[in-house]
Amino acid sequence: MTSLPLRSSRRAFLAGGVSLLVVGALSPVSAHSYSGQLPWLIDNTEPPVPVKPGGWYFFLPDEVALMSAICDRLIPADDLSPSGTDAGCVVFLDRQLAGPYGRAERLYMKGPFHPGLPTQGYQGPNTPAQRFRKGLAAIGKAVDAKTPGKKFTDWDAKDQDAFLTSLEKGDVKFGNGLDSKTFFAFMLENVMEGFFADPIYGGNKDMAGWKMIGFPGARYDYRAWVPQHNKPFTGAPISIAGSVQWGGKADK
Amino acid sequence: MSKVLPRKDVVVVGLGWTGSIVSHQLAEAGLDVVAIERGPWRDTATDFNVGYMPDELRYAIRRDLFLQARAEAITVRNNTGQDALPMRNYIGFLPGNGVGGAGVHWNGQTWRFYDSDFELKSHLTDKYGADRIKDLQIQDWGVTGAEMDGYYDRFEKLAGISGKAGNIKGEIQPGGNPFESARSDEYPLPPMQMTYGPSLFADITGKMGLHPFPSPSANLSKNYVNPLGIAMGQCTYCGFCERFGCANYSKASAQTTVLPALMRMPNFEARTQCEVLKVEVPKGAEMARGVTYIDSTGEEYFQPADIVVICAYQLFNVRLMLLSGIGKPYDPQSGEGTVGRNYCYQTNAGTRLYFEDDKKFNPFIAAGALGQTCDDYNGDSFDHSDLDFVGGAGINCIPSNGRPIETRPTPPGTPKWGAEWKKATRDTYQSSLAFGAQGSSYATRGNYLDLDPTYKDNYGRPLLRMTFDFPDNDLRMSHYVSDRMEEIAKASGAKQYTVSRQKKGWNSAIYQSTHNTGGAIMGTDPTTSALNPYLQSWDVHNVFVVGASAFPQNAGKNPTGTVGALAFRAADAIRDQYLKAPGAPLVKA
Repeated sequence: MTSLPLRSSRRAFLAGGVSLLVVGALSPVSAHSYSGQLPWLIDNTEPPVPVKPGGWYFFLPDEVALMSAICDRLIPADDLSPSGTDAGCVVFLDRQLAGPYGRAERLYMKGPFHPGLPTQGYQGPNTPAQRFRKGLAAIGKAVDAKTPGKKFTDWDAKDQDAFLTSLEKGDVKFGNGLDSKTFFAFMLENVMEGFFADPIYGGNKDMAGWKMIGFPGARYDYRAWVPQHNKPFTGAPISIAGSVQWGGKADK
Repeated sequence: MSKVLPRKDVVVVGLGWTGSIVSHQLAEAGLDVVAIERGPWRDTATDFNVGYMPDELRYAIRRDLFLQARAEAITVRNNTGQDALPMRNYIGFLPGNGVGGAGVHWNGQTWRFYDSDFELKSHLTDKYGADRIKDLQIQDWGVTGAEMDGYYDRFEKLAGISGKAGNIKGEIQPGGNPFESARSDEYPLPPMQMTYGPSLFADITGKMGLHPFPSPSANLSKNYVNPLGIAMGQCTYCGFCERFGCANYSKASAQTTVLPALMRMPNFEARTQCEVLKVEVPKGAEMARGVTYIDSTGEEYFQPADIVVICAYQLFNVRLMLLSGIGKPYDPQSGEGTVGRNYCYQTNAGTRLYFEDDKKFNPFIAAGALGQTCDDYNGDSFDHSDLDFVGGAGINCIPSNGRPIETRPTPPGTPKWGAEWKKATRDTYQSSLAFGAQGSSYATRGNYLDLDPTYKDNYGRPLLRMTFDFPDNDLRMSHYVSDRMEEIAKASGAKQYTVSRQKKGWNSAIYQSTHNTGGAIMGTDPTTSALNPYLQSWDVHNVFVVGASAFPQNAGKNPTGTVGALAFRAADAIRDQYLKAPGAPLVKA
């Protein structure tokens, strides 16, 4: 395998399955030889394909319910923002885990697999999608062991928070090769990506995460603001897909 | 069986910063040059498109423009007592991939090393005695700072570096770095306009008697046309530099400074998505025949060439030498051998200030190299006589972004989720400021690179194995500078601060720096260096190896300025010396 599949899978993913031709072919040697000019063609860009909510590509119905309940505690609704779920974090996770990220397309996945030291990073054989599948199943089991017949979604917020805290500390034994502390940190990282990434990926709906902190998003020219020291920038956030104020693409 | 291609004068491995500069210099001299790059072609309009480049998830988190571990990983361990395991995802450092290399997604902090850095062993021995550095494997570069001045100048003018000189021909310049070694000329552009954070840092440190100055930047303060006639635009302070390509032609890279001229030359060819597997050197021979590479369809080719210039990333320069049998592999037990020797890094520590909410830093109004530096404790700009270490660190306040997936600090003790986390995140985002100490990294006998005995790449070749931990000397240095940072934090008026000190047990699972150096170092002694002072292999005379791999040890500064200068030096040596007597060593062993 060469580096090409990475590139083409990215193109395929981002262009919604439409693969784009590589420019060039100026030499008989290979399809990627360039000489005598800058190899540039119009319309050869790779814009991201906006995620459309609706349906689930990775999560099973029980997982959607569990993940939503978790996102509602990690990012609870209050006057600062809607909840993680309402901000689209579960949709974001679903699309990420169903895609090349979930399949570990960019990771080195050859064995042998050894646990290693914390300084050597995550060494498990599971893809991100498998980690979520196994981790959520283990949470379901641990909840059932605590309160037989009940689900996490049946618990009140206080009990949910206490359980999530015990996951965070690694106090819950998963018993399926995953460690609850590592899984919690991994899950939290992915949820936060959803809350703060460009809304085009399904989370951060209406730029809720950006509005909470005052990040203006995909703006590209602050020159007029550079000398205005200690004055908060007040412009509304803008997504790659446009601005809510414009009534533009971001609203649709 | 490889398909044999028509001979070229020069084959360049890798088309990043160094590959572009070397290719241009040699093509200009009339040589027939082919550059072979394993990643894709990349240009500003297509790949760093302004319509969607400000995308933190895609470029900074999923890292679209980087080398992915799937294509080539590296195994890591802290010492020979541990089993090395692959970094399954690049996290601790992030090598580049594709045309432009890591120069596409760098921040643009562009330094010159001090004169004393180039003659480090001689300088420290003279000043502090040989005993002071006996636990370190410090070496001289075989080139002086005065010799490097002209090469630095060419790189700075090529790239449109924006800064203020501190010392022109021995005259200290107001507003620059007073510790700087003498240089022949001013930067081509004035410093960038300062945002609030670095301005405040300069106020605080200036009042303490330190010497803050604008950090030299490859994010351009003004529109610029470089000596090749290539135009660049003024930086717009968008805050998407590191990990992103610049959509605005404002950050110097091969794309914005060299390739528009190079690609028009009929005697230059770039082959992308072609990975060099090996430099072909017959056993015992002193000349390479060319390189074998595989293209994206899996077809294998042999490209004969009279000169081979290895211009991949530092780590992959070393790996290609090891895979090709160029030079003797370094053995940490005996201390013999040269390839893989003196792997060094960067010894960093960080400080974060938490102010009351009367401070509004607008952290998203930023650029990768926009900031202020105090070099009072860098290199040997302070007296080490009564200290228990050598080396130092620049203290940099370069708040390069406010991208919220990664940059959303909260005060110590804040939960990582829930209502309390939300409030603290909201309250802190505008009112927190970070600065850091970027420290030198000095070689030891036990820090080195070799081939991994277990893990392989997609072609069955062994991965590179990195054995590295922070030397005790460097930790003492870093802690000393962290104490100085703490003094700044105390003087800042912040209501709270944290100092993250460096510690033993280098952690590859936390991003620290992509300033990997050494492993194919230059020097005057073939028993302790893989390359002579012109970056020519001591062992295979038509092979030159360009990059931070040539640094005998690393200074407390970003390496790209020195990497660019060395590219010009190597190209000049080939043009002006090697071509007069092809196949001859430029320095007698």
